[in-house]
Amino acid sequence: MTPLELLEVADLACERGGRAVFRDVSFRVARGQALVVEGPNGSGKTSLLRLLAGLLAPADGTISLCGSGARVEDREERGRFVGWLGHQDGVKPQLTAREVLRFFAQLYGGSSESIAALLELVGLSRAADLPCQYLSAGQKKRLALARLKLCGRPLWLLDEPLASLDAQGKSLLLGLLGEYLAKGGVAVIATHDPIGLDAARLQLA
Amino acid sequence: MSAFAALLARDIRLATRAGGSAMLALAFFAAVAALVPFGIGSEPKLLARVAAGVIWIAAVLANLLALDRLFQADYEDGSLDLLALSPLSFEGVAVAKVASHWLTTGLPLTVLSPLLALLLHLPIAAYGALLVSLLIGTPAISAIGGVAAALTLSIRRGGLLLPLLVLPLLTPVVIFGAGAILAKLDGIENGAIWLLAAFSAAAVLLSPFVAAVALRLNLSE
Repeated sequence: MTPLELLEVADLACERGGRAVFRDVSFRVARGQALVVEGPNGSGKTSLLRLLAGLLAPADGTISLCGSGARVEDREERGRFVGWLGHQDGVKPQLTAREVLRFFAQLYGGSSESIAALLELVGLSRAADLPCQYLSAGQKKRLALARLKLCGRPLWLLDEPLASLDAQGKSLLLGLLGEYLAKGGVAVIATHDPIGLDAARLQLA
Repeated sequence: MSAFAALLARDIRLATRAGGSAMLALAFFAAVAALVPFGIGSEPKLLARVAAGVIWIAAVLANLLALDRLFQADYEDGSLDLLALSPLSFEGVAVAKVASHWLTTGLPLTVLSPLLALLLHLPIAAYGALLVSLLIGTPAISAIGGVAAALTLSIRRGGLLLPLLVLPLLTPVVIFGAGAILAKLDGIENGAIWLLAAFSAAAVLLSPFVAAVALRLNLSE
């Protein structure tokens, strides 16, 4: 992973279904830092993350990623830098946890992580060869965490990452996040639970 | 393994694993064609005459079964977001999906078709034309169906809308596909197989771009 120097968002506005969700959102997150986005239901936390990932087009404003000398503003190009943890886990019920990780390792390419070690790390070693339909919501979330680490992207966008995780899962997430930030990663985290992370905050009305 | 090969392999695995769409489509294809003699009687001459049309229509309908979930399943469980963020372009995603659909539906149907032709008393001389027309024509079904599946992925019960979109567009495939077999039976040259090939090539070549536009539109909704 080549770390990003800066994520810069200026005067961002979002519209969904012809209705303004938010406007004039500006912030900067530098290398090794996280931004926690807070706000009530419907305030546009998920929309903001989808805008950052390039999955949605903004109504107004700019989003740029500054890497080593390059500045990326194109929507689809930006997606190539994003590690995504959405509230849907993207796990196929027919595939085993190991198959899911192997697929994403091949899809995203260039990963040096060992799949067995990742499964061990997120506590899924024993369930590794079980079809994912037998996994609990928390276990699927752990699998999604393993995928996030596996993809090796320099910008993590996490949507309600604590949802359905137990206490141990939460400390696992915070551990992964701390390690990632220490290595120079950039993270934007949408949550309405206090996440217990020393980070800048953005409040959406 | 490249991202494209990874997606292709995953989709083939999903389609062929228990509860997947491949066996279902194949069984449906066989069931529809086997039902025909019960409906119109077992007179061999009559069956031989309608065999080409019946097999082609059954093939089109069986293909539709597996189409509606082609993109929808990935859309609903969040996989499509992850595909969008992967190094693979939307065009690449569409090609992989259409290819996996053809490999798990169109190709097995083609291989199975002589068995149904036997059941419907199609003269042996026309088997070659049957196999060639299905081999050339079924990729067009997957391609056009793939575009429709990409268009309807976010629609609840989009599976009901999909046949309405796809069937009119597949009329040429059925006309030329069955026409090629009938020409063989009648011992004439009508060029249907060339028209089928041209139609199929155009559909296969254009579909990734159209499907990619539909995916982009649907995802940024």
